[in-house]
Formats: sequence, structure tokens, C-alpha cells
Amino acid sequence: MNQAAALPDPECVSLDAIAISDTRLYQQDAWRPFFERLRREDPVHYQAESPFGPFWSITRFDDIVAVETNFRDFSSEPTIVIGDLADDIPFEMFIAMDPPRHDEQRRAVQSVVAPKNLAEMEGLIRGRVVEILDRLPVGETFDWVESVAINLTTQMLATLFDFPFEERSKLTYWSDIAAGSPEIAGGDVSHEERLAGLTECLETFTRIWHERRGREESFDLISLLQRDPSTADLPERPMEFLGNLCLLIVGGNDTTRNSITGGVLALNQHPGEYDKLRADPRLIPSMVSETIRWQTPLMHMRRTATRDLEFQGRQIKQGDKVVMWYLSGNRDESAIERPEEFIIDRPNPRHHISFGFGIHRCMGNRLAEMQLRVLWEEIMQRFDRVEVVGEPERIKSNFVRGYSSLPVRVHPR
Amino acid sequence: MPTLTVIEYHGRSHTIEAESGKSLMQNVLDNGVPGIDADCGGACACGTCHCFVEQAWRDVTGEPDAMEEAMLGMRPDRTGQSRLSCQIRVSDSLEGMVIRLPEFQM
Repeated sequence: MNQAAALPDPECVSLDAIAISDTRLYQQDAWRPFFERLRREDPVHYQAESPFGPFWSITRFDDIVAVETNFRDFSSEPTIVIGDLADDIPFEMFIAMDPPRHDEQRRAVQSVVAPKNLAEMEGLIRGRVVEILDRLPVGETFDWVESVAINLTTQMLATLFDFPFEERSKLTYWSDIAAGSPEIAGGDVSHEERLAGLTECLETFTRIWHERRGREESFDLISLLQRDPSTADLPERPMEFLGNLCLLIVGGNDTTRNSITGGVLALNQHPGEYDKLRADPRLIPSMVSETIRWQTPLMHMRRTATRDLEFQGRQIKQGDKVVMWYLSGNRDESAIERPEEFIIDRPNPRHHISFGFGIHRCMGNRLAEMQLRVLWEEIMQRFDRVEVVGEPERIKSNFVRGYSSLPVRVHPR
Repeated sequence: MPTLTVIEYHGRSHTIEAESGKSLMQNVLDNGVPGIDADCGGACACGTCHCFVEQAWRDVTGEPDAMEEAMLGMRPDRTGQSRLSCQIRVSDSLEGMVIRLPEFQM
């Protein structure tokens, strides 16, 4: 693949030559017509050559649901992104496991993010949000990604774990290196750095765990894990402890961060919807779900075929990579009406594919929705408008759909 | 058109005239009873239409299949009475059935 050449014309290029893993599609925000053509002409598409080897692309909403709910034929092992990861840290990460191990490990931690516990965290999160928004420089152009999205997500992570606040940037750092290897998302984190960082992560959390034991009336994630009988001895299984920590940190980092920025961008591109929101802030919960659909912060998840099988007329072989493009499923006109439009009062706004479906469906979905809801409630109280005043810069990845900067100005009410 | 009773977590009770042939999930939504999210729209793929059906009715509703079992297994508040309401088809034989809704859907 020639990275220097221009992207091909999406309507004229031969189907075989459509390279959907090319990160330029996402960095240049040029992916729409390519997926549109695949959904129309070749919904289960084979890309024979890529830096990640050959793989299948599933592009329609219903087909993604079919693959995702068939965990026997489409395995989450060894990994759930296009690139294979040569890993010598034996993480116990249930997102990349099949039943029955997946079920046992997920069951142990999922009650931590149940809506019942979230209600207890909401006040803490609101406090952080208020502090950040009240300090924004009114009348100046600033970078929303750095000042709000990254800052707030990092503070929220620290709050969720009740992590030492002045050391909170470590959480973001560990999150970045855990998923930052070149093989998986084109990052440049070296093997040595990753190993050293994750070792520090495990040591730090093991220390925090022992210091915190026996503390009553705390609703941080560590205290909740300690109170649940199935995870009360988690540090005695270090790789499961580290795996769960990383899943909670990574899962709540890029995803929320980029949905925070995506919401501002979407409202600016659809001023009529921004007017609707100003007229009726009770639309915030459905606007949040619509933002998560519209942004699709994780663009794909991958499965691996466990046997030779036929799927929608195509012959998939045992061991083939099968990539489900959530980004495309969320734009599938056969499942979602007027999918290219951002409509904050859709009749069923949670009917999107950003959280995935089936047994690996995002465990933190209600936490994510709560964080975004609290943020927008506080934004709408303070600002008539968060105005986008320049182009966003997008990150280079075919997995995380994210922004590295977005210049804005805030206009107080 | 069986008559069903749907009880919200905090005890509010609703009597609904259900439509046979549709799922229980769709009937609860159509009658405006809060407490069911149904994010996936009835594909047994999200677990957000969780409800509780008393054992006495299990002969009529049948037991969960493997996929429903797998989805129910992710619910922290799962009990022996747990079902996904999108997987129960309403028929006249459910006349008088009582369904309880959980504290939250996730």
C-alpha cells in the first residue's frame, strides 16, 4: 500500500482494491463513500493484502449482530483488533476470551459498573466537571481536546479509582502504552517501555489495594472490587488483576474522551440540533446516545473464525480474521433512518452498535452515558455555545476514532 | 389478547392488554411501562430487556435457550426467574401472568 499516493476514487476503484484498513481513510475523514459502496455492493468484503494480513470486513448492521452473537464460530481469541499482538505479558483480559472463562471473569467485575453503584459516583464526577468548566478561558480560542476532553477523562478515571489525584496522569499513560504497540494500532511504544509501565501499574494498584482495605462507605472501583466476594482476593491473581485494571482504564479513556469532542463537533455541524438542545435540555440523555452512535469511538472489533463456514454467500476459512466495522454499521440505512444525520431526538437513540452486541457488549455503557450526561448538563447551564473555530485534527488509527485537537471558543449564557 | 401484570422495581403495578404474536418486550414498550430499554431491538444481543418471570409460568413460557442463557449470565442481578422479555412470545396461554422488572438495565 502506497501511503504517499492519493486515496482512490471510491466509486471507480475495483472492489478488490478497496483497502479498508488504510488509516488515511480515518485520519482524512474520507471513509464514508468507501463503506457506503461496500454495504451496497460487497457487504462481506475480503481484503487480501494489508499491513495486518488478509481479513474480512463485515459492514452491515444486521450482519455485525449475527457475527457478534455467534461466539462459537467467531472467537474473540487471541485478540479483538485487526493486528495480532505478540505479547509476553500474560494478561487475563476477558474481552479477548471465549466462554466459559470470559463469563467467569466478566461476572466478577461487572457489578462494579452497575447503575446502582453509578448513582453513588455521580456527585463526585459532577464536582470534577464543574471545576474544569468554570476554569475555561472565556473569550479566547483554546484546544477542547486538551483542556476538556483529556483533562476531564483523566480526572474521571482518577475519581473512579480514587487514585492519588496529583499522580493521575499515570493512568492516562498506562492506558496509552497498554494499547500503544505498533502491531495493533500503529503506535510507537517500545516493548521495553510497555513492560516497565505495566509493571509499575500493577505495583501501584497492589499497594493502593492494601492501603485501602477495610475502608467503609467508599464507592470507588477498587473498594467495590474489594467488597464483592468474587473479587475480594483479586491481587492474589496478578495477571487477572492487571488485565481487569487495564480493561477498566483503557475502556474508559479513549472512548469517553473522543465522544466528548465528537459531541461538540456534531452540534456545530448540525446547528438546528444545537437549537433543539438549548430549547429543551431534557434531550441531553438521547443526545448523548446519538453522540455515541455518530462518533463511534471504537471503529471495529475483530473475531477469528473457528471453522470453515459460509456467511452471506462468502466462504470464510478457519483462522480467517473477521472484522466488524461498527463505524459502517452505525451508518447502515437499512437499520438506522437517515444515518448520516445527527438527530438528537431519534425515537430509539440507544439502537446503535458502538457498544457492540452479544456477550462482549461494553460493560461500562451506562457509566459512559452517565459521564457524558453530567458533562452536557453542566455545559448547557454555563454556555450558550461551544463554538468550533477551526478544523479538528484526527488521530492515525483504524481502531480508535479520535481527535488530537479541536479549536473552540465558549460563549457564556 | 391476554391480560398481563407488569410490576416496576419499586412496586408500581401496570395491567396491560397484551397483543398475541408480539414479544413480551414489545408489549411492555407499546404500553409505555418504564423499566425496559431494549437497546438491540429484540435480537437477544444486549440484555437490556431483562425481567423476572415466576417459576409457575415457566412451563408456558419455556426455558431460555443457549444464547439467552449467555446474555443473562452477564447480569449482576440475575436470579432463577430471569428472562429476556424479547425472547418470550405472547400468546393467550399467558393470561394472568405477572412480570417483575429489575432495578436497572445494563
